[in-house]
Parts: sequence; structure tokens; C-alpha cells
Amino acid sequence: MEFAIKLSTASTSYLQVAPLLLVLVAFFGIPLLMIVGVSFFEYDGVSSVPAFQFGNYIDLFTSRITLTLYLKTLEYALFVWAITLVVGFTVSYFLAFHVRSILWQMALFLLCTVPFWTSNIIRMISWIPFLGRNGLFNQALIGLGVTKEPLEFLLFSDFAVVIAYVHLFTLFMIVPIFNAMARIDRSVVEAALDGGSSRWRIIWEIIIPLSKTGIALGSIFVITLVMGDFFVVNTMSGGHSASVALAMYNQIAAVQYPFAAASAVILLVIVTLLVAAILRVVDVRRELAG
Amino acid sequence: MQRDLGKRPWTFYVLAAFFALFVLFLYGPMSAIYVLSFQGPTGGLTFPMNGVSLHWFTALFNQQRTGDFAGGFTRSIALAVIVLLLTVVISVMAGLAFRRRFFGATAVFYLAVASLIMPGLLVGLGVGLLYQTMGVTATWFGSALGAQLTWTLPFGLLIMFAVLSRFNRSYEEAGRDLGASNWKILWMIVVPILFPGLIAVALFGFTLSYDEFPRTLLTVGAENTLPLEIWGMTTNVTSPALYALGTVTTLVSFTVIIIALGSIALIQRRRSRRPAASDSAPAEIGTE
Repeated sequence: MEFAIKLSTASTSYLQVAPLLLVLVAFFGIPLLMIVGVSFFEYDGVSSVPAFQFGNYIDLFTSRITLTLYLKTLEYALFVWAITLVVGFTVSYFLAFHVRSILWQMALFLLCTVPFWTSNIIRMISWIPFLGRNGLFNQALIGLGVTKEPLEFLLFSDFAVVIAYVHLFTLFMIVPIFNAMARIDRSVVEAALDGGSSRWRIIWEIIIPLSKTGIALGSIFVITLVMGDFFVVNTMSGGHSASVALAMYNQIAAVQYPFAAASAVILLVIVTLLVAAILRVVDVRRELAG
Repeated sequence: MQRDLGKRPWTFYVLAAFFALFVLFLYGPMSAIYVLSFQGPTGGLTFPMNGVSLHWFTALFNQQRTGDFAGGFTRSIALAVIVLLLTVVISVMAGLAFRRRFFGATAVFYLAVASLIMPGLLVGLGVGLLYQTMGVTATWFGSALGAQLTWTLPFGLLIMFAVLSRFNRSYEEAGRDLGASNWKILWMIVVPILFPGLIAVALFGFTLSYDEFPRTLLTVGAENTLPLEIWGMTTNVTSPALYALGTVTTLVSFTVIIIALGSIALIQRRRSRRPAASDSAPAEIGTE
């Protein structure tokens, strides 16, 4: 009897999780295997020919462009990660520890999250009239007498790319860090204050260690988003810069699928290694599964 | 670290100023393009405004210059509604399944997390290759729908984890003790109690799909969704019509956000008026 009950609850679980599993296997698992498979195909100059050869990988590893692209992409990822981490931590810290009323806390938190539910492309484009040669920022600088000539490096440059990334992705830092900070027991902080700790010491020795799972989750989001991006680099650099994913997108547009698939596999390996490195430093499993 | 409730430390003001700057950074550029979308007919892509008009909004509906705006809009809304419904149903079911231990639970969970952080372009490439190999035509309601679900379902699942961790199972047990069937428990107890959480899942499902771009790009087939029309416009259209489209699509997003958050707030308020019917655990986010 007991066995029958156990069996039925187990099968209920499987029935309930089946649709999710089906979608993920069909549209994530199998496509991933497809990419790996196609990465060994041959490209004869017109179309892809089924084969099993390592030519695409050899081409990628011997091309100097590959290294340049990866270094550029990692550079963007590093800059954006550092900026979003500092901004995200500061904003979360303010919300979690300095806003007293829960109602205000939720209202200000929502204010930060609303742009997430609007179009990324539109939010990116909105920097163009702002940073352009005759843009608001240049007009303000000239108006204030900071410069006489409009600054040219603001738009269609690495600067513009990083600004757009920070604008789009800081939220992915704020949500997990705020969530982790909100769970910190306030009496621990009180005790430290009673013991005469300075605010800096409390941040370094209590708040950062206790919100490290949030920091790790946010870092994973930001780094994978930057590593996989092609449209921000394409638009905001004005064609002056490229990323790994943008190069891949161009290969896809030229229907060179085997090359694109091989680039995709390498990109995936590198992203996975970065995520694994973060998980090695901070164990977020408990946080996620909890 | 506000011990003395009357007086705020000086750091509060510094951090508040930082926060205000951040909000300005977040909303400032966006509001600039909303203003610019009302440019006069002779106005350009940047300030100053050459008069105020609705010229660029009407230009959107003249197909030849700006692409198929109306078609893209209709398809995006239809797709977002389909994604919303599937995301809510599938995430709730999966969320309920994960409350029990079952063999393979960890594997399914990691599959969902991997799907969440997989670069969108790669999902699109894989699904596109799969459809090509199978000889199936890619469509917005087929391949693009599947590709978008690999992104909305993990979000839905994580929200369900958060929602269910606060769910008091004794309501379910009370129903069972009184002889209710599993379906009746689900419909009359679990779903009503979890309803605000379901709205949150729906909000994510709709908006993530409505604005989705990298996963849809290679899987949409012949007919574009709205973000793809916008992407096309960024390279072809150098008129404020682009901003007008940005204003229209943001208005749709804002409407959906306000409806969703408003109804959550309404439900919570009604519940707090009848404390006996409330399931909400005491908020764990204390400021003190």
C-alpha cells in the first residue's frame, strides 16, 4: 500500500515536470547537439556538406582574428562586470540597509526593475541621440563650457558599447544581490555596531560575505550576457569593433554554418569555464535550489 | 545601519544621491527618445525639436518606408500571449513537481539553468539548424515559439521556486482531510493562493517574449516579429519613425507591467483586509 502511494507520487512528479523537460530537450538539448554535429561538417564555399573533420576548428585556432575577438570580448566582459558589480552592490546596499520602510524599499526596487520588462533594442538605441555629436551630453558639456568642440568618442566607440551594456545589464546584478542582502539577519549588523565596528568593516566582514551568492549569480548573468551579445556591439560601436558572437552572426548571415557552429562550440566552452570558475569560488547551488 | 531612527547617517545622503543618479541614468536616455518621437515633419534624429507633431507615428503605418509594422506588432502580441499561457501552465506544473524529491530532479534543474544562461544567438542557431535538417519550415509560431520558451520557462521556474517556498502546505492537507480530489485542491486551494505569483510568471512570460530578439532572429522564418522589424529599422531608417516605434512598443510594455503589478497589489490589499484568508508569510525583508 505504502509502496503504491510512493509510486503514484513519483509518477505525478514526472507527469508534472514532463512538459518542461520536453520543451528543454527539443529546443535546447537537441539543438545544442545539432550545433556540435554541424561544427564537424565541411563548407565547400557554397553550402555545408555532412562530414566529420576538424578543419573548422583548425581554421579557428590558427586564425589570428579569433584571439583578437576573444580578447576584445573578454575586455568588454571584464569592464562591464566591474562596473555593474560596483553599481549593483551600491544600489542594493542602499535599498536593503538605508531605506527604512518596506513599502519604499519595494517601490524603489520596482523602479529599478521596470526597464527590464521593456525592449532592450529600444533602450540601446536611446543612447544614440544622447551621446551623438549634437547629442544632449555634448550640448550640455558645451553649454557648461567644459569643451568647445563636441566630443567625438562618445558614440560609436568602445565607450558607447560599455555604457549600453551597463545600462542594459546592471539590473541582473541588483536583483540577486538585493535578494541576498534582504535575507541578512539585521541583528548580526546590530551586534557589530554595538561592538564598535565601523561601517566599512561591517560591509567588508559581514555584508559582502553574506551576499556572495547574490554577487556570484549576478556575475554569471552579466558575464554570459556580454559574452553572447552581438547587437549592442554591432550598433553602438558603429562597426568599429566586433565580438565573438557578432563574428558568428556574420558567418551565419553568409550561410557558413559549419564555421559558425565551431565558433559557437568554442564560445560555449569558454562561457562554461567562466561560469564553472565562479561556481568554484562561490557555491550557489544551495541558493538556487533552496 | 540606522540605529537612531530620528537621525540618518551622512552615508544615507551620499547613497541616496548615487541611487538618484542611477535612476536618471536608467530612465534619462529612454525619455529622450520618447520626446524625440514627437518631432515635427522636418525634424531629425537629434535635438533640437523642429516643432511638435504626430507625423512619425502616422509614418509607421505607411508600410513602404518603415517595413511591416502592423504585421510585426500583431504577430508579437499573439506570440507573447501564447508564450505567456504556456509559461504559466508549464512552470506551475514543474514548480509543483519539484516540491517532491524525484530521480533526475537535479539534472532537470541544471538543464533549465543552462538553458537560461545559454547565449540567445546560439539557441537560435541550434533551433534553426534543427529545423533545416528536418526540412521543416521555420515559423514564428513554431520554431520561434520553442526558442523563446527555452528562456521564459527557466525564469518561470525560478519564480515558482520563490513563490512555493512561502506556500503553507497545511492548506492543501486540510483540503485533503476534508476529502477533496487532487484537481479540486489544485483549482480551489493552490491556484487561488498562488495567484499573485502566477501573475508575476505571466508578466515575465509576456514581456520576455514580446521584446525577445536574439533567439527569435534565426528562428522566425519569413514573417518578422516587432523587435526584428525594429532591428531592421536601426540599419535602414534614419528618421524619428524609429523613435515613434520605440514609444509605441514601450507603451505596450508599460501597460502590461501596470496591469500585472496593479492586479498583484489589488489582490494583496484585499487579502490583508481579511487576515484569516491570507497565506502571505510575514515578510522576511525587515529593515530593522
